[in-house]
Amino acid sequence: MVSDYAWLIPALPALAAAIIAAFGKRMARKGAEVGIAAVALALLLALAIAVEVFSANVATVAELEAAHESEEHAAGQGVQVAMAGDRAAALAAADGEAIEIPEGLEAFVHERGVTLAQFQGDEGFEAGIRIDGLVAMMFLLVTFVSLMVQIYSTGYMHGDARYTYFFALLSVFTASMLLLVIANNLMLTLVGWELVGVCSYLLIGFWWEEKVNSDAAIKAFLTTKLGDVGLIVGVVTLWGMFRTFNITEIITMVGEGVQAGEAALNQGMLTFALLALFLGAVGKSAQFPLHTWLPDAMAGPTPVSALIHAATMVTAGVFLIARLYPLFQASPTAMTVIAVIGAITLFGAGLLALVQDDVKRVLAYSTISQLGYMVAALAFSYTAGIFHLFTHGFFKALLFLGSGSLIHGVHSNNMSDMGGLRKPMPVTFWTFLIGSLALAAIPPLAGFWSKDEILAGALSAGGATGTLVLVLGALGGLVTAFYMTRAMFLIFAGEYRGHGHPHESPASMRWPLVALAVPAALIGFVNLPFDFAHASGFSAWTMFSLEYFESHAAQFVVPLALAASAAAVIGIGLGWRLYRTSPSLDEDPMLRMGAFTRTLQNKYYLDELYHHGVVRPIRDGIAQGAYWLNDNVIDRIVYLAGAGATSVGRFTYDYADQRGIDAGVNGLAGGANAFGRDVLRKMQSGNIQRYAGAMFVGVIVLAIAFAVA
Amino acid sequence: MWEDWAITVTVLLPLVGAAAIALIPKAHEETAKPVALVVSAAGLALSVAIMATYYLGGLGPGLAFDQNVPWITAIGANYHVAIDGISMPLFVLSYLLTFLCSIYVFDHIEEPGKPKAFLALMLLLQTGMAGTFIAFDLILFFVFWELVLVPMYFMIGVWGGPRREYAAVKFFLYTLFGSVFMLVAFLAVYFTAPERTFDIVRLSEFGAAGAFSRAFQLIAFGGVALGFAIKVPMWPFHTWLPDAHTEAPTVGSVLLAGILLKMGTYGFVRIAIPILPDGALAYAPIIAVLAVIAILYGALCCLAQTDLKRLIAFSSVGHMGFVMLGIAAMTPAGINAAIFGMVAHGVITGMLFFVAGSVKERYHTRAIADIGGGMLQTMPRMGAIFTFVAIASLGLPGLAGFWGEVLALLAAFSPAEQLSAYLPLYRTLMVLAAVGTVLTAGYFLWMLQRVNMGAAPDRWKDAALADVSRVELGAWIPLLVLILALGVLPFLIFGMTNQPVTDLLGQLRLGF
Amino acid sequence: MLAVYPLTFAALLFSVGAYGVLARRNAVLVLMSIELMLASVTVNLVVFGHLAAERGDAALTGQVFALFVIAIGAAEVGVGLAIILLLFRNRASINIDDADLMKY
Repeated sequence: MVSDYAWLIPALPALAAAIIAAFGKRMARKGAEVGIAAVALALLLALAIAVEVFSANVATVAELEAAHESEEHAAGQGVQVAMAGDRAAALAAADGEAIEIPEGLEAFVHERGVTLAQFQGDEGFEAGIRIDGLVAMMFLLVTFVSLMVQIYSTGYMHGDARYTYFFALLSVFTASMLLLVIANNLMLTLVGWELVGVCSYLLIGFWWEEKVNSDAAIKAFLTTKLGDVGLIVGVVTLWGMFRTFNITEIITMVGEGVQAGEAALNQGMLTFALLALFLGAVGKSAQFPLHTWLPDAMAGPTPVSALIHAATMVTAGVFLIARLYPLFQASPTAMTVIAVIGAITLFGAGLLALVQDDVKRVLAYSTISQLGYMVAALAFSYTAGIFHLFTHGFFKALLFLGSGSLIHGVHSNNMSDMGGLRKPMPVTFWTFLIGSLALAAIPPLAGFWSKDEILAGALSAGGATGTLVLVLGALGGLVTAFYMTRAMFLIFAGEYRGHGHPHESPASMRWPLVALAVPAALIGFVNLPFDFAHASGFSAWTMFSLEYFESHAAQFVVPLALAASAAAVIGIGLGWRLYRTSPSLDEDPMLRMGAFTRTLQNKYYLDELYHHGVVRPIRDGIAQGAYWLNDNVIDRIVYLAGAGATSVGRFTYDYADQRGIDAGVNGLAGGANAFGRDVLRKMQSGNIQRYAGAMFVGVIVLAIAFAVA
Repeated sequence: MWEDWAITVTVLLPLVGAAAIALIPKAHEETAKPVALVVSAAGLALSVAIMATYYLGGLGPGLAFDQNVPWITAIGANYHVAIDGISMPLFVLSYLLTFLCSIYVFDHIEEPGKPKAFLALMLLLQTGMAGTFIAFDLILFFVFWELVLVPMYFMIGVWGGPRREYAAVKFFLYTLFGSVFMLVAFLAVYFTAPERTFDIVRLSEFGAAGAFSRAFQLIAFGGVALGFAIKVPMWPFHTWLPDAHTEAPTVGSVLLAGILLKMGTYGFVRIAIPILPDGALAYAPIIAVLAVIAILYGALCCLAQTDLKRLIAFSSVGHMGFVMLGIAAMTPAGINAAIFGMVAHGVITGMLFFVAGSVKERYHTRAIADIGGGMLQTMPRMGAIFTFVAIASLGLPGLAGFWGEVLALLAAFSPAEQLSAYLPLYRTLMVLAAVGTVLTAGYFLWMLQRVNMGAAPDRWKDAALADVSRVELGAWIPLLVLILALGVLPFLIFGMTNQPVTDLLGQLRLGF
Repeated sequence: MLAVYPLTFAALLFSVGAYGVLARRNAVLVLMSIELMLASVTVNLVVFGHLAAERGDAALTGQVFALFVIAIGAAEVGVGLAIILLLFRNRASINIDDADLMKY
């Protein structure tokens, strides 16, 4: 099985990184060739694995349908029924039709692992891989985007002082994300997750000479790290409940409604763990309210932005939810929270994109918004969420690389310095256009199919959250179409407003754009929302269980698709009307809307809130206070204990010792001295007759004494 | 027979080396350096040989290399030395660090020089450190424990920074203060035990069998714990540490952070918990609370630091908090986390102090503001190593700092069954400790930004700042490799500790 | 023989000598007074020696001792006079009060 070699996919870029770091500078192309070769090999392997996994899943589905047909022919003829989980049964019951899965028939999963270390009797950390449809899909996306980005970087980063270092980091970044994806247990997921975070820190702060860049890097790392607290707490809580990190085992136990020691599942604890995990996803996938790091992360080189936004970092949160989807299904509360956060994010971030001048920031906010779509989608439909993740990866990578090409051409990030670039940069224009239309969800480009599936999911789910996502999602589609039209006109229409002569980028940057434009346009066709495609397309490829696949049939609601397309067209029309002339910054209508503009330009004042409400109080307030406390209270106590002991000692020395005991000793000596000086000395007259007299007296006294005795 | 004399020879070798160095005539003072290098290399080789025989020869998982001969018969103190998987990593680490220090000293020795005295003290220190980890008699343990104080006192007091005398005296007296309570508690245990003995193995058996009353354990554990807590140092007994670290010479800081602090946590694992398990259970929630305070508080204090070495010193307070949190969980996972944390902290923080020392030597200042950033420009390799170690210290997975921290959190979530009354407390503490990791990341990244990144100030651009020298590389590469190796292959430590720790706690019948 | 007379005589003689030693200022006279005291002791020796002989002691220890005392007394006078001569030579006085070199 090719899946046996899946571990090579993260291992190849990791190895490449080591080689680049060690020998890169001495190579002909300064290490870039190693990174590209490694990720290209990984892509080939990913393709092979995808073929294996996807065809296995499609075959399984076909087998299931065959079984169903034969069952209908011979009803009740000893086909054993294996129900997995109450929820599947409930869903099935709701449809009024039992979904019967023959035993032994299940979605493709290939899992193997080794024990990394034991820490409590037999319990331990495991290093293992888990290959299934979701992982195979992520492999394709990550390796393909990473390959494009690396090829592109050979042009974009050409001549940079730290070119080799850059490629080493790109390889580590890719490897970390692939590790996160391939992990079969949550601890390894956490490892990959944090590695991704630190790589993003190093890459966003790649040009660390400027303080702005290192500030952005720190902000990105700390904000996502705050989310990571949730992830750690979630993983630890799940371990505490199930005494294992293994994802398959946890899913099985949740399905059976038990936790470690055969105890009944603690629903509240599970919800807590899932919400904690979701906090991790909120940080990493830049959901409201932890999304503020992502626009700042544009400080990194543009290829890095493409990698972060399309494949290697922000998708991690969405991936995590998809990975543990059966758990989230078991907790309606968690699902509701996910839907609400996703809806807020998709709309709020979309609005923010309206007022940006920096082309990369427009794209950054659109990424946040699209991530909001994915997260909200996961609340209702597994397939919709990851399908949007998949399509978005391609067209967002395309857009970012396109923006990099623009920046390379005009040496400015700002759209106010662009304009009229259609002629000098034709390849960039056409590819950017495809990406924009895909993002705006114009049929039949990729974005249309995935966004439609999201809205259809929300519609069929119904209820308060479903309506919320549906309404905000449709409005968000309008906003998306509008800001992308705005960007297109500001960049490509009108007259050139910048300095110098814009020029098209080199071939190494053009070809990746073309290569990404193809899937951006066409990838949506892998998941057409019709029954014939359902059994052999994306939703069958990436299913995590047959029960789920069967209970979520393809749906294509024609009025909804028409309405969504209409919203997009209205957005484009509005944009065309307002920006057709490619107005300069002073005339930009979006920037002349008073309080609305101000609020958006200040990003809802969240940055100020975090800076003045969190960072500064902690760094300049609490931290200083704690240190003051340390020096002036705790250490003071120690000091006072020392000083107190010293003064007690001094008192003892002064009074008890010096003035007591020692004074006695000195007094004796002094008294003897004085007696000798004042009395005994006088007797030393030198007069021999006195001596003799004294002697006589002595003799007489002795004589008397003897006589008496 | 190798197993009879191996430990004794290994522990006493540095002492002999110290004596030999003391005999070198003053005119040839420089020859002390190669002599110390040879002695410490021999010590390292012997300790590695002990480890190899232990594991390859299948002497484990229990005590091996056991030597038990009467020593002071009048009070029943024996010369009892042995080693097991709990001691092994720390034992070997102490030799490794001393060896690397003796390399580093070739180029770096603080004013007033005098390599002869310095190296003799360093080797004396080595005997004390290694001895603490293999002593299985309370009196012997105490002797080694105290033996450490003297050389470190002189190291700080003679070769230290401007406030060296204050720091040295504070270090000495504070530790001694704790030791007194510890000694009294040892004596109390001696007189209360069913059989008068100082033997740790015997006393642990008594402890497991419940020979000590609960009331007695409460008092005795308090005494023992105070002695260990000061050494760890646990909050709020930590204030000697920043002073000592800040003023100590580089090698002193490395050994202080790398080994000396671990003597306290080791004492908890080896003596306090096995002999006085009920006392430990009673104190565990308090220890856990103090540990988490230390984590948050250490990180906050780090944010307020302007002095590089002081910052690293405060980071030690936080990291040792994670170690104590693991111990307070009273489960094999927690104790394993603690031991892993000790080794990882020894390697990482030792390395951080090496770098800080070298940075200070070049810039002639420890103040972060005076360095002013741009070290990646002026000294790219130094900056890269510094970044690597700082990131390791903030607990990045794949590097050594991660496993101890995450496992401590894991242990705190499910402490021993006997502590289930405190389950909500422990879980809250777990979440708070996890928040501490963000603060930890915050101060390290901020430090990196202020030291490493940005453009170098003009005053340093022209100053010829030499990048990492060969001697430094020689001293550091083993640590850097170890940081990576422990991160990728955590079984290097867990493989040693898991079995003895599980046996030790299994003997105490704690539920987990 | 009744010993009381010679003993009384010796006591008187000693007293005269003692007085001379304590009271006279002239060094020569002090020396002579010392000789008187010595003589009284010699008398005592002879008297007790005789008494012992009467009780059968044939050794005549007292008498022999008396002879030694006389001989030593002569030597003593010699040394004493020499000291006085030196004293006179240095101080031009033999007043004993002037010889207070040992004063505190």
